Amino acid sequence: MRKRDARLIFILVAGALVALAATLILFALRDSVVYFYAPSELAQKAKAGERVRIGGLVAAGSVSRDGAGHLLFTVTDGANDIPVSYDGQPPDLFREGQGIVAEGRYAPGARFAADTLLAKHDETYMPREVAEALKARGEWKGGAP
Amino acid sequence: MIAEFGAFLAAVALIASLAQGALGIYAREDARRAAAAKACAEIASVAMAGAFILLITLFVRSDFTVAVVFNNSHTDKPLIYKIAGAWGNHEGSMLLWCLVSAMFGLAMAHAHGNMSRGLWTRALGVQGWVSAGALIYTLVLSNPFARLDPAPFQGQSLNPLLQDPALALHPPMLYLGYVGLSAPFSLALAALIEGKVDEAWARALRPWTLAAWTCLTFGITLGSYWAYYELGWGGWWFWDPVENASFMPWLAATALVHSAIVTERRGSLAGWTILLAIIGFSLALLGTFLVRSGVLTSVHAFAVDPRRGVAVLVLIALAAGSGLTLYGLRAPMLQRATGFTAISREGLLVLNNLGLAVAAGVVLVGTLYPLAVEAVTGRLISVGPPFFNLAFAPFVGAVLLAMPLAPLLAWRRGDPKQALRPLWVAAGVAAATFVLVLIFGRKAWAAIGIGVGAWLVMGVASYLWVRWGRGGKRTLGRFFALPLAVWALTLAHLGAGVFVIGALTETNFRTERAFELNPGQTVAFANRRVTLLEVVDVRGPNYRAARANFRIEGVQARALSAERRVYDAGGAPTTEVGIAPSLTSDLYIALGEPSRGANAGAWIVRLYHNPAVHLIFGGAALIGLGGFVGLAALARRKRTALAPEAAPAQP
Repeated sequence: MRKRDARLIFILVAGALVALAATLILFALRDSVVYFYAPSELAQKAKAGERVRIGGLVAAGSVSRDGAGHLLFTVTDGANDIPVSYDGQPPDLFREGQGIVAEGRYAPGARFAADTLLAKHDETYMPREVAEALKARGEWKGGAP
Repeated sequence: MIAEFGAFLAAVALIASLAQGALGIYAREDARRAAAAKACAEIASVAMAGAFILLITLFVRSDFTVAVVFNNSHTDKPLIYKIAGAWGNHEGSMLLWCLVSAMFGLAMAHAHGNMSRGLWTRALGVQGWVSAGALIYTLVLSNPFARLDPAPFQGQSLNPLLQDPALALHPPMLYLGYVGLSAPFSLALAALIEGKVDEAWARALRPWTLAAWTCLTFGITLGSYWAYYELGWGGWWFWDPVENASFMPWLAATALVHSAIVTERRGSLAGWTILLAIIGFSLALLGTFLVRSGVLTSVHAFAVDPRRGVAVLVLIALAAGSGLTLYGLRAPMLQRATGFTAISREGLLVLNNLGLAVAAGVVLVGTLYPLAVEAVTGRLISVGPPFFNLAFAPFVGAVLLAMPLAPLLAWRRGDPKQALRPLWVAAGVAAATFVLVLIFGRKAWAAIGIGVGAWLVMGVASYLWVRWGRGGKRTLGRFFALPLAVWALTLAHLGAGVFVIGALTETNFRTERAFELNPGQTVAFANRRVTLLEVVDVRGPNYRAARANFRIEGVQARALSAERRVYDAGGAPTTEVGIAPSLTSDLYIALGEPSRGANAGAWIVRLYHNPAVHLIFGGAALIGLGGFVGLAALARRKRTALAPEAAPAQP
């Protein structure tokens, strides 16, 4: 094969792969992107059945377990509260009064059933979304996140 | 005094690196300037080693007048974690970055093969600039030797999650890989500045690339293993941005390892190899940026101030910008190609490279897209596993499908019929595996993935069979006399197959369940009966723990315990999981919190059954081992090259 032909094939194959990747990326992004809401925004902005993340502080005194072993607690941003249930063991750093991000499917009117919980990873880190939401509500007490 | 002397040594290393950079670039054929650049590399590495040893000394002595020691250490901590604390934080890890970069400079100064002096000194010079950039950043924006005034009495301790043997080794390994990619980068830039490549250059590129890639492989494996047994979530990979940060350079380095073989053996693809070297190091810098700047929403990320992020971005722009500009100007001069057809070993290696590069691009988009959306629209979003399953898997799948074929094809012009003939057994086993998993597992994607894994494992066995039979009878003696390079390929490709089987089996067939257990209570889980015997309070060197003792009966019979620890230095409780490995799976127990209210006295216990999880880490370790054997093969080849009469024929 001549060098020019080889280069042409290379460019065609590479172009096809990149086009395929771009298509898949756009397709996958449309379906699997998860938006983040503060408790005050959830009811107005989220669509029923949408996968969302909510973030805020775990309200003091709100953590309990129901009969089936689900963890029950309330996420608050100071203005609004969202009751949440989670089937499983919370992360090590899950505590009342701490920042938390919960991910699950939004069902209007029902308790938010989270399938993933993210707590801050160490003593000085808070999920950025939580920090932003709390700052927006004027609840922020720490330094720069 | 120790801290001030450490900062002084780091400053000496900076000046030596700057001199190394200037002398190396302008030395050309001047032997005296080249020798001076070499001496600078030696001074820089010795000074950096001294600075790093002094930092470790500060940690061992628990000198809380130093900010970084106060923030990350504690007098109660076991000695090994005091030492590991030196690099278990931002400032110390950046100093480690500089140390590794200086050490690579030293190694490059001494191991230059028969490269022309112009290429060699310029590579050394570029390496000097890399070290200097990292040192300026470290000394100005994250000085590990900064003092505290007034000095506190006790330190804040290393995050207890990080007090772990795997994690003591994980950052140095990963940094060896990240910074190791600076060596191919320096060689690539030297080639572009010189406007030529030679055989010795292509030969020198391979060990550096392979060494960096091997370290990255082990580093990522250790991190994943740590996440599995320490975080208590039962998982080993989360497509978390911090994981992607190390995975992108790994993908680029994997492509580079393969294209460097073509460049060395066949002389072609030099331009592409150089481009990959630039991309690989830029992605390694991007990884440092993502982890260290705090831009990510991540369970891993550390919080830091934004100046650091901007500074690392400037460094990335300098490295990638200068590299790509030079590439645009000089790459057309580098063609010394020998032609090849699409169906040849080169052809399939190009396919491998394209697939891996596109896969790295997909991971890059998935990692950066949330940041871009937030910057433009202010909305906060996250991109999770479904994205990567859909957009990443097809490209890696295509690379894996072609993998057994490539080593069986001849260079230049392959005969596909002849190459496919030994693979019909592998194809049959793969098809049978696919059907069996489909019938018994009832999951199409799992069946496809595990079938591909079987194709890889059998494919590499076929390759070994063919190589063994080449040029003589298959005797035991000839089997053990196979060249190391054959074993390197065999181990790495076998590891890929084993990993794919493990990863697909684990993610598709794992089970997990939470129970609320009273002491004495028994539950049935995954063909086992698990009894919580008792929960006792225990005292460790620097923590208190509730330890739950379990009895397991059924397909496994043994005792197992899991802990929930609270470290004396403070912080939230951490889980220490209990893992009962069997031949085929792990039973994994994480102890939760005590129950409240009506069920007081009971404990939340989470049980996981993770089939084939050993294959995941075992496969990844095999891949790394393949890299290690490959390094040995290159080292041996170098020795035999010096004694030509003893040189065996290369495969």
